[in-house]
Parts: sequence; structure tokens; C-alpha cells
Amino acid sequence: MARPAPSSAAQRPVESSALARLALAEQLIASDDSTECAQRAVDWLAQHAGAKAVVCALLDPETHELRPLAGSGVTPAQLKRLTVHRDEEAHPIAFALSRSAPIVFDNGKARAAAPFGPGPFIAVPLPVDERPEARVGILLATPPSPALDRAARWLADVLGQKLVHLRAARRLMDSEHRLQRDRDFLLSVINSVPDPVLLTDTEGRIIISNTRADALFVTREEQSEGRQRAVALNNMLFSAALSRQAIDEPEAARRELLLVNPTEGSDLLFELLSATVQHPREGTGFVSVLRNVTDLRAATEQIEENYRKLKIAEADVRAERDRLDLIIDSVADPILVTDPSGKILLMNTPGERLFTVPEGSTDELQRAVRTNDAHFTSFVSNVFLSGTSARFRGEIGLTDPEANRPLPVEAISGKVMSEHGEVTAVVTILHDRTEALEKARLYEQLERASKELQEKVREATAELVRRNELLQRQAIELEQASQLKSQFLANMSHEFRTPLNAILGYTSMLLQGVNGEMTAPQKRNLARVDSNAKHLLNIINDLLDISRIEAGKMPLHLEQFEVPTLVGELLAEVEPLIQKARLSASTELAFELPPLSSDRQKVKQIVLNLLTNAIKFTPDGAIRVSAGYDPDRDEVTISVSDTGIGIAENDQQKIFEDFRQADDSVTRQYGGAGLGLSICRRLSNMLGGRIAVESKVGAGSTFTLRVPRQGRR
Amino acid sequence: MSQQPLVLVVDDFQDNREMYAEFLAYQGFRVIQAANGVEALDQAFKNRPDIIIMDLSLPVMDGWEATRRLKADERTHGIPVVALTGHVMQRHSKGAIEAGCDSFVAKPCLPDQLVAEIRKMLSPRSSSAVKAEG
Repeated sequence: MARPAPSSAAQRPVESSALARLALAEQLIASDDSTECAQRAVDWLAQHAGAKAVVCALLDPETHELRPLAGSGVTPAQLKRLTVHRDEEAHPIAFALSRSAPIVFDNGKARAAAPFGPGPFIAVPLPVDERPEARVGILLATPPSPALDRAARWLADVLGQKLVHLRAARRLMDSEHRLQRDRDFLLSVINSVPDPVLLTDTEGRIIISNTRADALFVTREEQSEGRQRAVALNNMLFSAALSRQAIDEPEAARRELLLVNPTEGSDLLFELLSATVQHPREGTGFVSVLRNVTDLRAATEQIEENYRKLKIAEADVRAERDRLDLIIDSVADPILVTDPSGKILLMNTPGERLFTVPEGSTDELQRAVRTNDAHFTSFVSNVFLSGTSARFRGEIGLTDPEANRPLPVEAISGKVMSEHGEVTAVVTILHDRTEALEKARLYEQLERASKELQEKVREATAELVRRNELLQRQAIELEQASQLKSQFLANMSHEFRTPLNAILGYTSMLLQGVNGEMTAPQKRNLARVDSNAKHLLNIINDLLDISRIEAGKMPLHLEQFEVPTLVGELLAEVEPLIQKARLSASTELAFELPPLSSDRQKVKQIVLNLLTNAIKFTPDGAIRVSAGYDPDRDEVTISVSDTGIGIAENDQQKIFEDFRQADDSVTRQYGGAGLGLSICRRLSNMLGGRIAVESKVGAGSTFTLRVPRQGRR
Repeated sequence: MSQQPLVLVVDDFQDNREMYAEFLAYQGFRVIQAANGVEALDQAFKNRPDIIIMDLSLPVMDGWEATRRLKADERTHGIPVVALTGHVMQRHSKGAIEAGCDSFVAKPCLPDQLVAEIRKMLSPRSSSAVKAEG
């Protein structure tokens, strides 16, 4: 800044300026700004050294051109005119710069170089003592005077030193600034790396780290304990990885490093890239870049898993396909797949037998295959035209080309539909119906045979029923006949009795002399009539008994009675006959004979019959009646023994049959209808007992009746 | 002097009827005869016999029916009836008793036997029914 110097300043004594110098020096020391210092200096020179105009210019350290810094007593335009390069040696001011002492220019040519017009001026390099290379600027003042010269010289030293100092300080600041900027730039670059980046020393201590790395390896005290632990663990893991690397492979290498996410606690897998850094001052360090491969690993695993699944699926599909092929080929029935045009896309081996012509085959075979093809195509076209139903069934008359025989088949087709409902293919299976038809034919035959058989069985059954009915009718007729016989016998016995009643009655009356006394011969003959009539009555009674027993009309009357009493009665009854036959009779009764519970009248009838038989067949000798008890069988026995003619062994059963005697001959010796023993047998059966005989011809017979002690109805 | 008992002999077979009648008369009984059930009822109601000998198989009206009617009539219900038949089946004797007969005698029956039966029936102690041996 130029300003007019005070006019009185030139008259001031030099000595009085010692205080002013001190003040200026203090001001200069206090100031950090070179322009301010320069301005104060030129102003001070104008005030205290009588300079009318002063200019201070600084040497640009890079361009080496002088730039006006401050001025006093000059206009800004004058000041601007000052442009000098240090190496313009012809220029007075450039020359003055290279001088080691102030210089006064007073010739015209040199004066013109001054910024403040013609006139002598003094040029003092700043600082004066320094080497020309170390000069920082120049001080120009006018008009020259010894005082000004002294003052300028002192000022040039003070100001020069100050400006040198300031310039050095400025340069330092600039370089520091630039350094900081580079550092910040570097850090921002590092931070912009998405992976954690660290520089560590040989001890593993972190020297530089980006924010990603800080998140893993740096913690602050206020953060949670878990995080702190995680970070500590991460540091340990990282150091271990680094030291291993340093030992194992000092060259830059990749290795995996598993760390903990301090925030979430989850595992993080990193790929560690580290390189050794040799620094001349700091020594050896490691630069490490950690690439997060957790997701990558997961993705890789996923891909591997997917690939594995794909492989399995592919194998499955292939196996399925193979199996399907195997199944289709193993099916004995032909299977064919056709496209909508009727072309066969696929068929199994049985299908090929019908629809393909093998090489070298006969014309006949080829013709058969062509015919099959035509039939099948016709069927398939029907399937395509069959509307919406997915299945189609039909019968085709094919020919077995090899066997050259008719092959009736049942064809079942299924349509293969696309997503849009279009028929893309038709799958047809052909089933040989030869066997089925044969079976049907056999079945029909069988059924016919079965029907015939059934008819025969039915006829036979009907015949059987008819015969059965006949038999039943015959049985009924027989039964009726038997009953009729019994009825007839009963009726006959009644019819016999009525006249016998008259005969016996009148005979009795005549013998009693109701109609007067008769002669002895008359009486004798009438007695014979009477006797025969009674015999006839006995025969009739026997017949009646037989018929009653056969008709089941002989009732049982059970009662309890003593056997000895019965025997007594019987002997009393036959006493006249015994006497008449001149026989002796005896009884033999067991000591302990229990009372008998049976039909007394029938027991009596049986024994009476036996007695009369014994008397009849014993010409002479004795008759004995015995009675006993068999406790083992709980039976009472009554025996009649005689000393009569006896019965031959082979006749001993015959005598119990109806109308039989031992002697069947017409000329038999003994009379009787032969019904007595038969009736005895039947009656004893009725009583639950039986009758037996022991006999020898000529040695007599013993008939024994055994009846249960306790009879049952 | 009391009259001899009057016996009604009912039998369709003349020989038997007259034989018994003759023998009964010979034995001192008064005898009247009937050849069927209807005649028997007529005679019984008319003459009120002391005892009736009743054959069961009779024409027109059989002996069972006649006996039932006699026993149903207060005029004759007190007269003992002795059934006399050639049918010796159980059901005949049983049917006779059921019809109201007081006694039953099977043919052949000798005149002596019949007289004995009549005397037994007429004795004051046994006016009630006595079952005879078949």
C-alpha cells in the first residue's frame, strides 16, 4: 500500500529512532503475516528514515519473479509495474538482488527501473547477509540518504530474517497440509474398500485399519462385554493366523480365517490376504485384506448341494426311465405310443413283433404286418376322434405275423394331453384275447355240460323223489295192511267167539242136564265137543294175543307181587293136567326172593304156557318150577324143567318163531297152533326180559324166564 | 213171597240170547229179551228189570249208547247193567264202564258164569260197579 510519507520524517535525528526500531522489531516478531510485516516495515521506513516512497517485493520461490508485497508513497498502479525475474541480470533490481550489500541507483537508466518514477533509489536485498540463492525479496526506497541507508540496511536484516522465517514456516505448513490431505485421501480410499484392511506390525498391533476392520478388531470401553470378548477373540485369531503365515509361507498368500461377528455373534468366514511390508523406518509389517466369504461359502455350499441334488435327481430320472423301459419291455402285451398323425413313436418288444418287419422276412409276413398296421391306425384314428373321454377300448382283429394265425386283441388306449388339453399322443396296450375267447368257449361248453348234468341230476332227483314217495306210500300201505290184518284178526276173534259162546253155552247146559239127563256115551261125546270147543277158544285167544302185541295194543299193568304166590296159583291151575298125565311136580324157590314189580298177568301167562308145554311134551317123569334172583342183573328168574322129549339144538331157536314147532311135518305128533312160545317170547320182551331154553333130545328141557325185578313201562 | 228178579237179556245173536234166557229161566229168573238197543230201551222203560245183560255190538243202537241213555234216565239209572261182549280189547271194557255199565263180562261166557255174575250184582252188598276180570 502506497501512501505519502510524512514530510517531517526526514528531519528526525537518527538516534531518536532507536525506540522506533525496537517497537518495529516487536511488531514484526508478533506478526505471522509477511504482507503485514512488509507493510509495517515500509511504513516505518517512510516515517523514521525520511523515505518518500518505499516498496517491498518478495521473490516467488517457484517462479523466481519479484512480486510487490507492500508499498508506501506509491500508487497501486506504480506498484503493479514492478515485475522482474531474478535471472534478468540486466535489470538493476535483479542485479541488486544478487548483491551482498545495499546498492544506490542514481543514473537515469537504472532509475527508470524503479516503480516510483525517475529519481535515485536505494535497493537492499532481503536479507542482506544471506547467499543470493537464499534471498527472499528486495526493499526499494527513495530518496537515498545515509540515514535511509542505515535504516534500510537494519530493516533489511530484520525484515529479511523475518520473511525467511515466515517463508520457511509457510513452506512447512504447506507440506504438512499436503501430507494430511494425502493421508486423508489414502484413508478414504482404504475405507472405501468393502473388505477389512489392516496394517499391523510384527507384534500384531494394528497400525492402520479401515472402518470394516475396526468393526472386527477395535472396541471401545463403553461397548458391551460380549463385543469386547468377541473383538479380543478376533484379535487373537488374526494374530495367530498372521504368525502362522509368517512362519509357514512368508510370501503373500490366501488362507481362510474364521472370525466372530462382534455385533451378532455369528461366525464370519474370511479369506485372508496378507503381504509383508518392509519399511525403512518403521521396520517389517503386514498388510492384510480380509475378504468376507461367509455368504460366498454358503452360496458355494448351496450350489454344491443343488448340484448334488441335481445329480441325484438326474440319476433318479435315468433309473426311472430305465425301469420304465424295463417294465414296458417286460410287459408281455404290446404297448404302443402314437402321435396324432398315427405314427408309432415308441413300442415295446412284443409290439415290434406285430408292427415291424424284420429283415429277410417273407412276403406273407410283410403283408400281415401291413394289415396289422392298417387295422391299428384305423383304431388309433378312432381314438383321436373319440371326443373327450380319456380312455378308449376296442377290439382289433390282428394277425400274429410269425405264427401266421389270427390274433384277436383287446385294445385299451389312453390319451396323453398337453397343458392346453390337446392330445399329444396316445398310449395303447393290446391284450391277446385268444385265450380269453378260448376260455369263454370252454366256459360255454362247461356251462352247457353243467346244465345237462344239472338236468340229469334234477331228473334223477325227481325220480328219487317219485320212488321215495312210492316207498312211503308202500310203507303206509304196508302199515295199513298190517293194521288191517290186526283189525281183521281182532274182528275174526270176535266173530269166532260169538258162535263158540253158543257152542260152549249149550254144551254146558246139556251136560248140566238142563234139558234132561243124558246117557253116559252121550255125556262122554258131549264132553269131547266141550273140550275141543275150549281148545279152539285157546287158539283164538293166542291169535288175538299175537295180533294185539303186533298192533301195540297190549298194555302193561305194572304191580308188585310175590313170586312164590304166583307159582302156587300156577301149579294149582295145572294140577288137573299133571294128574291126568301122571307126572310128579315140584317147586324150588330161592330163600331170599324179592317181590317182583312187573305185569303179573303176563308173567303168569308166560309161565302157564311153559308149564302146559312141559306137561304136553313129557310122556312121563317130573315137572319142576324154580324161582331165583340174580342180584348182579337185578333179575328174577323162573324156570320150568321137565324130563320130556327134549329139543334138538338146531331147533332151539326155531321154536320161538310164530306158528312153529320143532316138528314141522304134517304128520306131527303133537297138536297146537305153535303160537305159545312165540307169544311167550313177545311177552317177555314186553316186560324187558327174555326167555331161553336148555335142552337135549330125550333128556328133557329147561325153559327160563328172566324179568327185571323192577319193570318199566 | 218176593218175586224172582227180572233179567233183561240184550243180544242181537238169537242163539246166544235164547241160550242165556233159557238157562236163566232154568235157574229161576224171570227173563225178558231185546235184539237191539232201541228194543232194550223200550223193554227197560216198560218193565223196569232188576238187571240188564247188555251185548255191546248191536244193530240200530249199540250197547254203549243204550247204556248211556238208561243211565241218563231217572226211571232206569238205578238198574245195574252188565256188559257182555266178544270184543275183549281194553278199549271195549273201558268204553263200557265209561258208558255207565256196572260190570263187564267177556264172551265166551258160560251160562253158569253169567248166573254167578248176576247173583253177585244183585246181592245187597255189591249194588255198585264191580270190574270183572277180562
